[in-house]
Amino acid sequence: MASLKTILILIPLLPLLAAAVAGLLRNQVGRAGAHWVAILGVAVSCFLSAWVVYLQMYENLGTVNISVYTWMVSDGIRFEVGFLIDHLSALMMLVVSFVSFMVHIYTIGYMADDPGYQRFFSYIALFTFSMLMLVMSNNFLQLFFGWEAVGLVSYLLIGFWFKRESAVYAGLKAFLVNRVGDFGFLLGIAAVLYCFGSLDYATVFSKAPGIAGETVSIVPGFEWQWVTVICICLFIGAMGKSAQAPLHVWLPDSMEGPTPISALIHAATMVTAGIFMVARMSPLFEMSDAALSFVMLIGAVTAFTMGLVGIVQNDIKRVIAYSTLSQLGYMTVALGVSAYSAAIFHLMTHAFFKALLFLGAGSVIIALHHQQDMRFMGGLRKQMPITWITAWIGTLALIGFPFFAGFYSKDAIIEAVHASTRFGSGVAYWAVLLGVVVTSFYSFRLLYLTFHGQPRYTVDVGAGDHPPDGVLQHAPHESPAVVTIPLILLAIPSVVIGYMTIEPILFGGWLSDSLTILPQNDTVAAVGEHFHGATAMATHALVTAPFWLMITGFVLATVIYQFRPALAEQLQQRMPRLHRLLENKFYIDELYQKLFISRTINIGNGLWKKADAGFIDGWLVNGSARLMDNLAARVRVWQSGYLFHYAFAMIIGLVGILAIWVMLK
Amino acid sequence: MLTLAHFLTLGALLFCISVTGIFLNRKNVIILLMCIELMLLAVNMNFVAFSRFLGNLDGQVFVFFILTVAAAEAAIGLAILVVLFRNRQTINVAELDDLKG
Repeated sequence: MASLKTILILIPLLPLLAAAVAGLLRNQVGRAGAHWVAILGVAVSCFLSAWVVYLQMYENLGTVNISVYTWMVSDGIRFEVGFLIDHLSALMMLVVSFVSFMVHIYTIGYMADDPGYQRFFSYIALFTFSMLMLVMSNNFLQLFFGWEAVGLVSYLLIGFWFKRESAVYAGLKAFLVNRVGDFGFLLGIAAVLYCFGSLDYATVFSKAPGIAGETVSIVPGFEWQWVTVICICLFIGAMGKSAQAPLHVWLPDSMEGPTPISALIHAATMVTAGIFMVARMSPLFEMSDAALSFVMLIGAVTAFTMGLVGIVQNDIKRVIAYSTLSQLGYMTVALGVSAYSAAIFHLMTHAFFKALLFLGAGSVIIALHHQQDMRFMGGLRKQMPITWITAWIGTLALIGFPFFAGFYSKDAIIEAVHASTRFGSGVAYWAVLLGVVVTSFYSFRLLYLTFHGQPRYTVDVGAGDHPPDGVLQHAPHESPAVVTIPLILLAIPSVVIGYMTIEPILFGGWLSDSLTILPQNDTVAAVGEHFHGATAMATHALVTAPFWLMITGFVLATVIYQFRPALAEQLQQRMPRLHRLLENKFYIDELYQKLFISRTINIGNGLWKKADAGFIDGWLVNGSARLMDNLAARVRVWQSGYLFHYAFAMIIGLVGILAIWVMLK
Repeated sequence: MLTLAHFLTLGALLFCISVTGIFLNRKNVIILLMCIELMLLAVNMNFVAFSRFLGNLDGQVFVFFILTVAAAEAAIGLAILVVLFRNRQTINVAELDDLKG
């Protein structure tokens, strides 16, 4: 047991150590030293995570709940650092460290010419540490620590190219929007502490049924269940971190960061922290139908609308970013219908294929010298065959083509929503079903615009260092091995992981010790009644709606972008309003600008000019100086400079004091 | 028969004269110094009187100290006066108003 504890401590600590070495000693270790130490740290922690999963699979390692360090004890409440390792957290550890490992290798190629090379490795290793702390935590405080730490690293990495104004702005936006969510999250944790008197998962979950009937009146006249309040507050935190509407606005802008980061943080791992958190809190969420309905509807809205926005984006990374939003919406819907295991399953498959797609996009971006606009791509399949094939695999997994990873997870979610009877599940079902067409359409649009058709760029050797859009100095060519090997290594699970793991994860009870699901809510079990093996599920898909909807999206995209390129233009002109609405992302940014940002700026300006410069500086600081000035101007005339006046004043004063003394006596 | 009151009255009178001298004198700094000396002497008068009538020698000891200090003060005061006259060619009190605010 002692050795297990050491291993568990090493898993997050090695990346932290690597981050410290790569960051603080960056001049001593140099570029190669930085990437070696970071990769080694993450590789070992990936290997150890895999070993923990192995122990759970074959050695019957049950749930491990250990406390490593007691930070403080205040009023009987213990604040601890500890690990809760069950199947859920072990799975997350493996996914996080594996994707992180791949991204570390890929970064060597992607950031090869960047002056901030060591800093970058330090940050991503630090991210791995934070994320591992988050998923391994056995209490709310450590969860919150990891939650904030990944947010901080995300901020640092979005603004990695801090000389670019848009990157700084995007980082700030991500940080501020996350603050809104975190505020709810913190309130949720505070409510947990208030209700249960403990921050320890095990204690809270065991006491959870005890507060079922307790209500609280936040607005006078309305009685709310405590558990609903807690769950909604916690979920608001998840909405910020997992970029659910209406707190999704930061994620597309986060694409300002380097592509490896988009893959690791803003697609595969950090943004799924919210999903993981809700699944982890399933004993709480299960007790509140209202909160779960809320979760489901938010997820449904995100899944459908964000996919629509993805259709009109031209930046290759932004298309994938909106796709990520939409897929996170799917996971959230799954949480909302109590299909936690389906959400975690989709989280895992999505981590692989979305990281693959992002890294593929990054490979294209390197080849085109940091051109990200798909209008200046096209025909790259010949020059970049490995990237092309892996991108196809990622796409097929994303749209849910039978046998690919995404198919199993997405179909399970759709079926679970169908089986649910919760309030709003009808709407959610249509949203996720139509989302399939949209997903398929934008995914193939991306593929066709990037890899197929004729090149829409020209090669001009004498174009100079900063050629205009669509002009390249060198012809594009396939990326180096450090880039393509992670692509291939991620493509393999994108194909097979769903087929291999659907049975244990969804129907085999792999996660049953981590999740609490009330029997009447168990939608996954309802789906399981019709499950007869992964192969049967894939062949049966041919007669189901999602498959044909996916084909519809494929056909539409093929017709428009492969055979009739003019059609897109015509459709755009035929529906100018819809196009403008989507192009402006439903005007949500503008709405926030009007509602919150400009008002905040006005209040800030008002406080600055009126309260600070006007009142504090003008009245309190300068005012007191002015008062003394005026007073002195009046009093100075008393200083005649004549000795006899002073002597007179002294005598009068003396007489006065004596008089007072005599009178008081 | 001379009583304590007589001596105290004399002291008070001397003091008042010297104060009046300081107030009224607008011409000469030397007179100011003389007034201050007179003031000290008025105080000495009180000390001696109390010493005599209370049968206590402390007052007379004080007087010695005051006389010493007064002598020193007169010496310094006159020295300053000389320097003042050298610099300003005047010792007219009404013209010495450099401290005017």
